[in-house]
Amino acid sequence: MAVPSAETQILRLYIAGQTPRSIKAFANLKKICEDHLIGKYQIEVIDLIQNPQLAAGDQILAVPTLVRRLPEPVRRIIGDLSHTDRVLVGLDIRPAS
Amino acid sequence: MAIAETPGHHSRIVQLSKSPTGIDGFDQVAGGGLPAGRPTLVCGGAGCGKTLFAISFLVHGATRFDEPGVFMSFDESGDELAQNVASLGFDLPGLVEKKKLVLDHVKIERREIEETGDYDLEGLFVRLGYAIDSIGARRVVLDTIESLFAGLANQSILRAELRRLFRWLKDRGVTAMITGERGEGTLTRQGLEEYVSDAVIVLDHRVTEQISTRRLRIVKYRGSAHGTNEYPFLIDEDGLSVLPVTSIGLTHDASSERISTGVARLDMMLGGRGYFRGSTILVSGTAGAGKSSLAAHFLDAACRRGERCLAFVFEESPQQVVRNMRSIGIDLQRWVERGLLEFHAARPSLHGLEMHLSRMHRAIDRFQPSVVVLDPVSSLLRVAQQTDVQATLTPASRTAGPSTSRPTWRSRRSWTPGSC
Repeated sequence: MAVPSAETQILRLYIAGQTPRSIKAFANLKKICEDHLIGKYQIEVIDLIQNPQLAAGDQILAVPTLVRRLPEPVRRIIGDLSHTDRVLVGLDIRPAS
Repeated sequence: MAIAETPGHHSRIVQLSKSPTGIDGFDQVAGGGLPAGRPTLVCGGAGCGKTLFAISFLVHGATRFDEPGVFMSFDESGDELAQNVASLGFDLPGLVEKKKLVLDHVKIERREIEETGDYDLEGLFVRLGYAIDSIGARRVVLDTIESLFAGLANQSILRAELRRLFRWLKDRGVTAMITGERGEGTLTRQGLEEYVSDAVIVLDHRVTEQISTRRLRIVKYRGSAHGTNEYPFLIDEDGLSVLPVTSIGLTHDASSERISTGVARLDMMLGGRGYFRGSTILVSGTAGAGKSSLAAHFLDAACRRGERCLAFVFEESPQQVVRNMRSIGIDLQRWVERGLLEFHAARPSLHGLEMHLSRMHRAIDRFQPSVVVLDPVSSLLRVAQQTDVQATLTPASRTAGPSTSRPTWRSRRSWTPGSC
């Protein structure tokens, strides 16, 4: 994996088990990143069923939740990421209309 | 439909088990406490004491009943909570350190959250489950879960998930308390009472004629008998206490011992021996009729016998009483100096009725007098409704023990309390 530059989006996807919804969220995220952030992203998937202690730290409530840890400010995008436009707005890739 | 008799059929008839809150008076009203292993809804307006009620339930659980607890806050941070209750002697950081308590602040900022498609609140479940497991919690508080409605846009997902959450809490077997803001025409703003059906408690803080009173009422308690009245409660430096004044029975002992009224001719008129010890005497008359003087005689006589006396005065300062009584030849000051007589002077409008009652209770508990005087009890009518005064004062004179004789005297208006 390349050393993250200032441009790189550090993304964490929180899921709770391999549910159809979490699989869908990951697929949607992967596609959005490939289409818009080629080579400028890192994705870490955290399964809360295996790591429940991590839920409080990132203020996770809903799953799936995508947390953009870098660049600041921290953003939270919840849901299965099926509304591509809103995800792009949430990640500051596209300005809010 | 056929009902098959199962072998364990008879053993299934068990009373609902209770989880005591340790809140003075509340457990008495609720028949022992909250329903164990089930969720209870506590609702009321802002500043009515919901959070303190919930914190007391957890702290008492951890310190007195060996039931650790999880406090999940949707409003205040753990530090804020700890500071707010430190003055009541609740040491939250200490309990956290001893693994008796987990404080989890759930922070949701609508601005930071973008909603993109389907989701559920499994993250909340995981978080709560982890907190419960980390200390073996038996009690859970969610305060105030309604804040979620402001943080998340999709209300239908939220409602479905809350329903699942309350079911899940029940399946986990934890005794849960959920707080909710009072709504217009509903118990809670978001109708949480639809989901929590086992027990519902309403707290109320009202101001009538500029005097504040707090009330508590158990609206619903499935599977248990409970007091249905509105009970005054108060929050002071010792925390929260409920005064179940209307639920006190009439089973106190009655002494047949007599004590002097301090006026020989009056003793004569009362069978030659005075008042019954442990009775409540109402002295009624217009201004200047001599009610306070009669009480001073009674106090003087009791002090001469070496008995301790408490006088609650509502219209004069102790110095005024002492000076006025000196003019009829009674020296009360010497009893004050010898520690036999104590005055408590407070303007009636200083507190609501229950605060007056609570202060009297405390003073009586601490001083252990055998004679108590309230002068004039009618002053209290100015701060509360007549029914409230009757309900509050009547049992107050009963619970202090049979050795207390307290002439209560009042002025100006005729008033006939049922059992004074």
